[in-house]
Amino acid sequence: MDIKAKVTEIIVEELGVEASEVTLEASFIEDLGADSLDTVELIMKFEEEFNIDIADDEAENLTTVGKAIEYLEKQLN
Amino acid sequence: MSIKYYAKISGTGMYVPDKVLTNFDLEKIVDTTDEWIRTRTGMSERHIASKDQAVSDLAYEATLKAIEAARIRNKDIDMIIVATVSSDHAFPSTACILQQKLGIRGFPAFDISAGCTGWIYAANIAKQYIEAGIAKNILIIGVEVLTKIINWKDRGTCVLFGDGAGATIISRAGERDISRFIDSELSADGTHYDLLIQKAGGSRMPATKETLEENLHTIYMEGNKIFKNAIRSMYSACDIVLKRNNLDVHSIDWLITHQANMRIIQALGKKLKIDNKKVIVNIEKYANTSAATIPIALDEAVRNGKIRHGDLVLLASFGAGLTSGSLLFRM
Repeated sequence: MDIKAKVTEIIVEELGVEASEVTLEASFIEDLGADSLDTVELIMKFEEEFNIDIADDEAENLTTVGKAIEYLEKQLN
Repeated sequence: MSIKYYAKISGTGMYVPDKVLTNFDLEKIVDTTDEWIRTRTGMSERHIASKDQAVSDLAYEATLKAIEAARIRNKDIDMIIVATVSSDHAFPSTACILQQKLGIRGFPAFDISAGCTGWIYAANIAKQYIEAGIAKNILIIGVEVLTKIINWKDRGTCVLFGDGAGATIISRAGERDISRFIDSELSADGTHYDLLIQKAGGSRMPATKETLEENLHTIYMEGNKIFKNAIRSMYSACDIVLKRNNLDVHSIDWLITHQANMRIIQALGKKLKIDNKKVIVNIEKYANTSAATIPIALDEAVRNGKIRHGDLVLLASFGAGLTSGSLLFRM
């Protein structure tokens, strides 16, 4: 599974942004216009799509696209 | 247990205090904005109890309307269940105080503590008593005066709550009555009991000068963590009753969920794949009145003609505990 492509697709759909904006450095809140509740919904979507549980204290660290991908790759491989 | 009788909703009523606090009023009290509150919560205003109004006063007003709608007399009531976390006194129960106000006695009256799911817990209990043939007309009330236990310095919580009461009469249905309770599911996950809590004032942390100074007698909430749990637990409660009754979500005429946050209501609706037009929302007017949100929304929807006799209605809630639950009925 191409985790990066799937993550990008989820972010585009959930946050209503262009795929080109979803760079590894992009912060969900500062660059992609998410608010705190959007980030919770995004984490929920990751959990559902990848069938994993992301603990609240781990979720708090997933502030950028890159950090989210890195975390998911580590969990899934 | 085989069902002897069926329960139904025979009357609804609501009451909110006269005083209204808008988002713009809140801008003057704490560091917040109307825009922030609206986009995060969907709330525009909330009603606030006056200094001399307690929970039983609100409950009494809503009860009079429900009794009138049910076309019964006060003395026909044979049980009172009040769902609240902001009762008149630590004890006795608000239900007993309400009995006194209504001039009736000689039957069970008690409060339950299930946070914002309280009214659904009460409805589920009422359902059992009616179905067993033990009671005929049960008064259940979701009522809160949360604005008296709010930390007005915490901008993350003080904007979220309002005061109000919703009363409902649950009666034994006639044999040919299409109105009836169909099913209900309750749950709780106590591992998260500390996410939404009034810490002081009980036996764990009795009132002292320090607890007062540290604002520990007010509502403490970790909203973001509850958000996820709220959507999942309400979805699960709805999914269980739909599946258990072989119903598709499209057969539901109306969905009323606890009015805590517009974003939670939208996320749940999306997950359930229910038509937006079937989702009843009044959060903009009353904010989160905890146990009162569902019976208030139900009463409004009945009185404005949205919910009609025979409609299939699904209710879902979640709250402190963390509790959750659903109720499926035909109006």
